[in-house]
Amino acid sequence: MYQSISPYIPVLILLVLALAFGVVTLMVAWLVRPSKPYDEKLSPYECGINPLMPAKIRVPIRFFVIILLFLLFDVEAVFMYPWAAMYKKLGIWGFVEMFLFIVILLVGYIYAWAKGALEWE
Amino acid sequence: MSWTQFFFYVFAGLSLLCALMVVTRRNAVHSAIFLIITFFFMAAVFVILKAELLAAVQVLVYAGGVVSLMLYVIMLVKAEEASQVKQNLGQIAIAAFIALLLALQVGSIVYLYFAQKPAGKAAVEALKYGGNTEGIGALLYTKYLFPFEVASVLLLAAMVGAIVLAKNRLER
Repeated sequence: MYQSISPYIPVLILLVLALAFGVVTLMVAWLVRPSKPYDEKLSPYECGINPLMPAKIRVPIRFFVIILLFLLFDVEAVFMYPWAAMYKKLGIWGFVEMFLFIVILLVGYIYAWAKGALEWE
Repeated sequence: MSWTQFFFYVFAGLSLLCALMVVTRRNAVHSAIFLIITFFFMAAVFVILKAELLAAVQVLVYAGGVVSLMLYVIMLVKAEEASQVKQNLGQIAIAAFIALLLALQVGSIVYLYFAQKPAGKAAVEALKYGGNTEGIGALLYTKYLFPFEVASVLLLAAMVGAIVLAKNRLER
């Protein structure tokens, strides 16, 4: 059982080290630094520009359409990985299956294109 | 307890903890960040269960794609005002009902596993083809071909739906 997950042990070690680096750095800084908070420290630096408006604004709906289209084609690409891994064994029928899959999604792509969802202006 | 079990409980427990943080945070952006961490721990659980492809998809599609979609939705609405609103207004009954349904579903799967042990049959079948990705490919494009093609229609419906919903704003 131990042997079976061993290829992922380095990933775990990396994860723990990355986490420890951040935590240890913050802890050491917290222990060493003097703590004198005052309002001036929160203001923008002299070379900075004073904020004109709040940073948390509502973004246009266009972003939502773009990110959703990205997500859907992302899922489409994910389906291609196992297909590509088995491509030779699936033969011509596998090619037809994936062709149908892509054609159905191509309809959506053409629809998005025709409706101007990919245009920014 | 073997190391595999130990790591399974650690990652499963941490993903549950982060999932709890997702639903209890008032700031929606904090919830989304905890959701990313939850997906990463779930990917670790998938690796322990020897479902490497699912783990990769979990990180690429869920932690990458779905959470960025959620973040854009948070930026679309007035999140500042939403964080001030009282969240539970008569939704408790509906939420409890859905939670009960989910618990029954998970419970029945666990029960079936202990009663009949049908679980893992597909996995054993898939292992004949070699690795994990090949196994999924072998089953998905032969035995489960119809659900796969239905998935493309589902994706198409989502695509058209999103464009129709946003159409008025796009034309303006």
